[in-house]
Amino acid sequence: MRSCAESFELYILRALGREFGANLLPRGLDITLCDKIFLIASGMIWNIYFAALAIGIGFWLAVVVALARFSERAVIRRPASAFIFVFRGSPLFIQFFFFYSAFVLLPRSGIDIPLGFITLTVNTSALTTAQVGGLIVLVLNTTAYSAELFHGALRSIPKGDLEAADAYGLAGFTKFRRVVFPSMLRLAWPSYTNEAIFLTHSTTLVFLSAFPARQQSGEAFYYARYFVDQTFNPFVAYPLVAGYFILLTLIIIGLFGIMNRILNRHLPKERRARYRFRPQYLR
Amino acid sequence: MFSFCTDPSILPDWQWFACLFTNATHLQFYRAFGVVLVLLAITAPVALGMGLMGALALRSRIWPVSWLGRGYVNIVRGVPDIVFFLFVPIALGQGIEWVMHQIQCPDWDQPIRQGNDFIVCREARIPPPNSPVWMRDAYAFAMAVVAYALVFGAFAANTLHGAMQAVPKAQIETAEAYGMTRAQAFRRIILPQMWVYALPGLSNIWQILIKATPLLFLLGIQDIVYWANFLGGEKTSLFTFPHPDWRMWYFLGLLVFYLLLTWVSERAFARLGDRLSRGQATAAGERIRKGAAP
Repeated sequence: MRSCAESFELYILRALGREFGANLLPRGLDITLCDKIFLIASGMIWNIYFAALAIGIGFWLAVVVALARFSERAVIRRPASAFIFVFRGSPLFIQFFFFYSAFVLLPRSGIDIPLGFITLTVNTSALTTAQVGGLIVLVLNTTAYSAELFHGALRSIPKGDLEAADAYGLAGFTKFRRVVFPSMLRLAWPSYTNEAIFLTHSTTLVFLSAFPARQQSGEAFYYARYFVDQTFNPFVAYPLVAGYFILLTLIIIGLFGIMNRILNRHLPKERRARYRFRPQYLR
Repeated sequence: MFSFCTDPSILPDWQWFACLFTNATHLQFYRAFGVVLVLLAITAPVALGMGLMGALALRSRIWPVSWLGRGYVNIVRGVPDIVFFLFVPIALGQGIEWVMHQIQCPDWDQPIRQGNDFIVCREARIPPPNSPVWMRDAYAFAMAVVAYALVFGAFAANTLHGAMQAVPKAQIETAEAYGMTRAQAFRRIILPQMWVYALPGLSNIWQILIKATPLLFLLGIQDIVYWANFLGGEKTSLFTFPHPDWRMWYFLGLLVFYLLLTWVSERAFARLGDRLSRGQATAAGERIRKGAAP
């Protein structure tokens, strides 16, 4: 039987691939409690990777899509609304399957995009990996959900703020940067915190759907499921992964809470937006 | 299905497709759509019932009951529910078998967990070892319904509890002034009126429930995801209907199915909202009373 220190060494970075730990995952009767603790913890690396990148990229895309949705011109508004409808109206699980099977059909050798002076080669084989293809799906999904939140916030920016901006002679991008954008963020931030939490939790779906876990390097829930399949005992691995997620959720609430304070620092205390935990995970 | 389907390899395109889409496996695929709708039709009322009980527990003045309600709602809402969907069926299955084992075979001397196996005596196995396939399927489906009802019951409990609080206090005080007991006031005043406040939340939960149905696939049930994956996969010339990898188109079909489902239910809930707002002390109800379009 392995000692806990040995398990730690073998499995704490195993999710990154074979070179970073044991060649094979522990099997059957060989599984110790420490194996479960450390291997599932190592899987959290990918949950954090997916969540951080998807939120980081999706945030900016969502601002653009929300502005497009808020536009008065139908040519811009319609595609944005359609995008939001499609990604919010269908299950993320199906979106993973659809995009994976679409990515598989792309030619293996890559696609050349001629840009006149330079030819860009898109590496299509990377798209079939979870780390790239799965991330793209998550980005699109969170873009749609966040854009809907930001759109709601744009609609409820106080009229007085906009009039004040006009009175100060602000217009165009300056007005957006100094008045519209900060107000929008401030209004949307409590619900955006929830969105970040749901997205983090839905990273568990990446390897459960079509995307393969190469070299058995997956995220935390992939390993939890692996252990349950191996030991037929759901009472250790699932509570463990749940515990890790509660911890991660608390960290997100903390980080987003700091940002919320910064966004609301100019307001008197009773007008500050409060965050409320409203989890509705499935998407 | 059609009389011309005896040798598909010589058929023109449209007849070939007509035969493909009506062969036996495709009919099973279509039946799987029915399974999704049945799951929704069973789970929604069960979850609503669970939610109502949960909300009543949250309101209860007896503290063990209210703590039980609070524990249920907070635990389920605090944990990613994909964990719950996979945990509940296995845990419940093992729990039932364990109880059956205690009843049926009290003189069994071996431990139930032997290494990595969960072993109960033959009489305690559920469904029984030699039961037909449909019984196993029904059992797996029932387990799925329980998992869905547990998770969505907690969501609904939270929403309904909020809706009960939202009914204007003055009305309850009036009811009490007329001499109604707490239970009577609840039955006659709160219960009929809370739905208009609960509707936006319930509509939201319903949408999430719809989008949770593909997770049946993870529970090992042959649902639409399973069939789309299977039917869309590449078929070599050994098959009656050889075709390349068409999974993308099958999943596109599923995507459209879900979009339709969410779109239709959104509209249905909007109409229901108008219907429930009639005569209510809310802005929408006031607008209907004044005769304007809702």
